[in-house]
Amino acid sequence: MKKNNAVLLSTPYLLWMAAFTLIPLGVVCYYALTDPATGAFSLRNLRDLGMYLPVLWQSIVYSLAAAAICLVLGYPVAYYIAQCGQTAQKLLYMLVMLPMCMSFLLRTLAWVGLLQDTGIINTLLGKLGIGPLRLIRTPGAVILGMVYNYLPYMILPLYSIIVKIDRRLIEAAEDLGCNGVQVFGRVILPLSVPGILSGLTMVFVPSVSTFYISQKLGGTDTVLIGDVIERQFKQGNNPNLGAALSLVLMVLVFVCTGIMNRFGGDSEEGGVIV
Amino acid sequence: MKRANRFITILIFIFLYIPMAVLIVASFNTGKDITQFQGFTLNQYARLFQDSGLLKLLGNSLIVSVLASFIATAFGTVAAVGIHNLNPRMRKAAMTLTNIPMTNPDIVTGVSLSLLFVFVGTQLLGQRNSLTFWTLLIAHITFNLPYVILNVMPKLKQMDSSLTDAAMDLGCTHVQAFFKVTLHEIMPGIVSGAIMAFTMSLDDFVISYFVSGLDFVTLPVEIYSYTKKPLHPKIYAMFTLLFLLILVLMVAMNLIQLYADKKKTASHRAGM
Repeated sequence: MKKNNAVLLSTPYLLWMAAFTLIPLGVVCYYALTDPATGAFSLRNLRDLGMYLPVLWQSIVYSLAAAAICLVLGYPVAYYIAQCGQTAQKLLYMLVMLPMCMSFLLRTLAWVGLLQDTGIINTLLGKLGIGPLRLIRTPGAVILGMVYNYLPYMILPLYSIIVKIDRRLIEAAEDLGCNGVQVFGRVILPLSVPGILSGLTMVFVPSVSTFYISQKLGGTDTVLIGDVIERQFKQGNNPNLGAALSLVLMVLVFVCTGIMNRFGGDSEEGGVIV
Repeated sequence: MKRANRFITILIFIFLYIPMAVLIVASFNTGKDITQFQGFTLNQYARLFQDSGLLKLLGNSLIVSVLASFIATAFGTVAAVGIHNLNPRMRKAAMTLTNIPMTNPDIVTGVSLSLLFVFVGTQLLGQRNSLTFWTLLIAHITFNLPYVILNVMPKLKQMDSSLTDAAMDLGCTHVQAFFKVTLHEIMPGIVSGAIMAFTMSLDDFVISYFVSGLDFVTLPVEIYSYTKKPLHPKIYAMFTLLFLLILVLMVAMNLIQLYADKKKTASHRAGM
């Protein structure tokens, strides 16, 4: 009786998800393996992928840099929030979440205003007598955009892991003669590894596939894989090639999350946070 | 150590909020340029409310996100109860399926759905315009469902299963036991899933960009096409109002939760 109910209740959902996640991926494969002009089976799109290896490599490097910077910046914040009192924790958590709910297009656009050659930062620097710096349309600006947009995705999982660390473990380490640095290196840091891994994944995945950030803050030499995919679809170039590139991106992301999960063990909770 | 962390935290919060402050200041600017503050005005707000086109887009966004999150919450809650009672192997398969849209980059989800809709629409149904309101709604429901499932499942796991057994011993049917006992126990998960789904839907750009056609566009998609030319300052006014709205909502949610926690501890004390 209970078994039948379970199947009855979950089947429509499983069918829906199969229809709108698995089958679309099948359609992507179909497009990737057909010729744009004739619609016949072809490996041309896959052969053309070689041209985009430098772009793919650049996307990976930028996103890894962004993820690493997010970890370095986010860890002290998450650690600090976890040590605050109950009410302060809730308030700070909310303040980290709030930017995630606001239009990321407009927030990225605000960075254009800040970084432009005649922008707010250069105007302020000019008043200090420092000549206008080239800030926008640089790799640094793209990585800054990634860090800015996805830093909350690092802070929140880190916080939720650090806050659960048993205080008594820290006290025990102190009693056994560890100093502050040793307590951090031997107890707190190893225990926060699951949070670190899920934070890194959650920053890396949207960064590696972004196209808006690189379009707005980058220049002609900071094209990312997401830009190329977007162009194939929206500027009507070649959806078949776009499909092949999407497949590459998907495989890349699944390999990365697979590696993260292997290192982090079974982290079912990691995915729940965002 | 703690003081250093505190200092870094303050700097990071400044970093997170400066771009938003720039936009909010720009909404009171008489000039059009975001980088130069020429004078204070409230005109942008007046213009915002006279712009029926912009308000209609906001309406579109709200229609899609309310409908999608509502449907996904109902559908997802029922599915979560089903998945919870499946045998472990099937449950694992179901959760893997649920995690696919969560791990896939948005651009891949958007591209794959749009290819599916175009393929089915043009090749199988012979439509010329296959991207419509309905495809947009289907896409939003699909990426909202995992948020609901992943929020409801832990609550089902935490729940004491003897509660429903007790309800049925006392004469409830399965359906009655669900509405009288289970639903009440898992409500926090349902609410947080629904809120998450709604905010994700409202702010979604990437997936909507690929699956929406020309006749039904949401606000983020339109803002993207605006940003190729200079942006009109009334958009900043809308940003400011949305910022305030979300701030008020979040504070209210926190206060309600705080109040509920206090009540709970008070009743616990009274019980002892």
